Amino acid sequence: MKRRTLILGSTAVAGGVLIGYRLQLPVPEINPLLATLGPDQFALTPYVIVDGTGVTVITPRAEMGQGIHGTLAALVAEELDITMADVKVEHGPPSDVYSNTVLHPPKPSSLRSRMKKRLGIDNRKRRRAQLTGAQTSIQDSFVKMRKAGAAARTVLVIAAARQLGIPATELRTANGTVMAPNGNSIPYTDLAADAAGIELPSDPPLKPRHKWTQLGKSQPRVDMVKKCTGTARYAIDMRLPGMLHAVVRLNPRIGGGLISFDASGASKMPGFHKVIPLDDGIIIVASNTWYAMKAAATVKVEWGPAPYPATNAEHRSAVESALDGDSLKRWRDDGDVENALAGSEVYEGSYFVPYLPHATMEPLCAVAWLKEGELEIWAGNQNPSNAQYHGAKIVGLPVDAVRVHTMYMGGGFGRRLEMDFIKTAVHAARALPGIPVKVMWPREEDMTHDVYRPTAAARFRGSVSGGKINALDLKLASPGLLASSLHRDNRGSQGFFRASAMGAMEQPYRIENYRVTAYSVPRLLPVGWWRSVGESQNAFFHESAIDELAHAAETDPLAFRLSLLEHGPSRKVLETIAELSNWNSKVPEGHARGVAYVLSSGAPTAHVIEVSENNGLIRIEKVYVVVDVGIALDPRNIEAQVISSVLFGLCAAIHGEITVANGSVREKNFNDYQLMSCNQAPRVEIAIHESESEIFGVGESATAGAAPALGNAIFAARGQRIRELPFNKSIDFHF
Amino acid sequence: MTELRVNGTRYEVDVDDDMPLLWVLRDELGLVGTKYGCGIAICGACSVLINGISKRSCIISVADVDGEVTTIEGLGTPESLHPVQEAWIEHQVAQCGYCQSGQIVGACDFLSGNQSPTDDEIDRAMSAHLCRCGTYPRIRSAIKSAAEKTSVDLADKDNSR
Repeated sequence: MKRRTLILGSTAVAGGVLIGYRLQLPVPEINPLLATLGPDQFALTPYVIVDGTGVTVITPRAEMGQGIHGTLAALVAEELDITMADVKVEHGPPSDVYSNTVLHPPKPSSLRSRMKKRLGIDNRKRRRAQLTGAQTSIQDSFVKMRKAGAAARTVLVIAAARQLGIPATELRTANGTVMAPNGNSIPYTDLAADAAGIELPSDPPLKPRHKWTQLGKSQPRVDMVKKCTGTARYAIDMRLPGMLHAVVRLNPRIGGGLISFDASGASKMPGFHKVIPLDDGIIIVASNTWYAMKAAATVKVEWGPAPYPATNAEHRSAVESALDGDSLKRWRDDGDVENALAGSEVYEGSYFVPYLPHATMEPLCAVAWLKEGELEIWAGNQNPSNAQYHGAKIVGLPVDAVRVHTMYMGGGFGRRLEMDFIKTAVHAARALPGIPVKVMWPREEDMTHDVYRPTAAARFRGSVSGGKINALDLKLASPGLLASSLHRDNRGSQGFFRASAMGAMEQPYRIENYRVTAYSVPRLLPVGWWRSVGESQNAFFHESAIDELAHAAETDPLAFRLSLLEHGPSRKVLETIAELSNWNSKVPEGHARGVAYVLSSGAPTAHVIEVSENNGLIRIEKVYVVVDVGIALDPRNIEAQVISSVLFGLCAAIHGEITVANGSVREKNFNDYQLMSCNQAPRVEIAIHESESEIFGVGESATAGAAPALGNAIFAARGQRIRELPFNKSIDFHF
Repeated sequence: MTELRVNGTRYEVDVDDDMPLLWVLRDELGLVGTKYGCGIAICGACSVLINGISKRSCIISVADVDGEVTTIEGLGTPESLHPVQEAWIEHQVAQCGYCQSGQIVGACDFLSGNQSPTDDEIDRAMSAHLCRCGTYPRIRSAIKSAAEKTSVDLADKDNSR
């Protein structure tokens, strides 16, 4: 099964063009599956295992609810000519082979590394880039995984040709078999051993779209039966022989440190095993999670002070005053904004949004087991190669001695890109060698120790003339995402990151004088990647400002946007949403509509929200969303993701808010941080567009437009421009 | 020793009387289909049926359990699905799936008392079961489908299994 070379297709998106290129990887690191294969198992590529029972597709992006496992498997199954019902799907091990090359494009090798390579010195640097996030999985895998299926199919056909003595060109494949012209067929399972010894083709051709039989059609989700019968396994469900159950208790003033603790009370509690100190808290280990939680409550702890301001007002003032600071980056500066504004009537507004939690339904949890010379980790996580790296560092083992099992996630939304909860489990395992330990963060710890969607402020100034925008100046301020993330990893900050302005700076509106500036904010609460990242605040600021200027220009807000857009796919989603929502028809008495348009990670997205007002209460009557996904691989799953994204965005817009008091996060559980409930969820109607020039993911793109569309609808209903989220601080809703 | 009947099986567990049923099911009996979400009876992820009535297992002490407990595992299995589970699969409801055991248990209880629910009734009944992925539109559809299959005793109240 050793291979000399393996050619992987890969994709890079540059300037809006999809480029397939060949990435050659030498032996021995090419196929991480070879190390773990059982007898009579053959890994034809890093994505395809064949054994006597059938075909297993490795889908190295993590399943957090977005349905990625099914769609990735379908990419392979389509080219391999095997039906999805006959395919097993596994996440597979961490490996650089599975790096996300959309989020982390490979760097050209340096002279030094080429020299070392020539001298036979292994200088591979771990990339830790097996990332699931930013809705990039489909973009990243669209070519790679189809090539993997096509390459596997090619060697299976060659193996059959040799067995049958018939030229490969006369053979065809269907339903997991190779078929000869005379009707004889050989199942892949009988060909795998021979196929594994055949060199893979360097660049196997892919089926044209019109020959797809599975891609483009809705497939039953591969995890659906398990998730409806309580048999899907999340990290929190792991059970291992002799396993202990633990919970964390962390400094409520996040990162303030542990000064001292007294666990004498805990040691008398039933089921209690051990207290393990951490830099910023303690782990309490017991025989049952309940006993661990009870014992944790009895520990007396002295905590250090918060390394950030203690009150909510100070956090707010830190982002608002940053807008007057002099540490800034101009992300966009077209024309001459100052000059254009100087001679016109200037419209302006100040905006503000709060911190937000991820609040995944499954609280943070991981299991770790330190054995002789080996560490094993079970965690729902969005970056297993990073988990492997950090696990190794904590226990002092080589990276290759760490096995990471990426479990189903009870929600991710960016939270499980973080390593904190995995590190706590590994710390527990290090303190209890030989014993598997499950470490859970109780809901209150999870909610109060998140890496929050940044609080942010913005200010816009604009002018209109002739029904169009003459000038728009948008200033944005939020604590740096990358700086906070690198700080957690003990690495230095790297200045401004694009999240500070994404959702605003790259919008394709044609505005002659157009400036988007990000201002630096000192480090406050830890902030992190939250579904749609910087778009979640910046698109609210930007699209609300556009709407304010549309009304200033006394034009129809949707027609106004169309008049500023030349980008074809963007015009198309707006034209479609006008039809879908009957934009040009009169609304019933007391109703009003608002529109938002966002180019979200390249994907044009439009929202219309229809609200009604009754006795001062706002009710969301209907939400319409149109997304351009480029190529729709699984329409029913796309629909689920679009609705999921828009409800996620609306939940935050209506009542989402994390606040700080006495240096601690005030909201601790679902009683004081409300999720959206069934009766609050509006009806959503969607349409999917396929511009086909690129392919886009869909897990996030409908999130960011939800808040501005609702705010714009509320303005249309009652003439009140609400510039601060959540909306329920300014108005009451009726559900 | 506390005696429990869960999914038709009798268990004896040696735990403190105040341990919530949830942690007995999950950590002592290994029935991990029932989930911990909030611990304060708000999210509904821990819902189980006790004598056919949906209850929050995170706040019921094991000593206070009076009757037959049915968890998601006891409703149906991948090989032998409960009609509500069938409806959930037909409508492809689950995303992350973590809340769905509780949603399905809650739907079983609701449907046992209402065979032809309206949208408003579904919304009200299911509002005590939180879903972060926003699967509510499909939950509504699945409950309507399941309601149409009226021939089945959805709540499994007679414990005949």
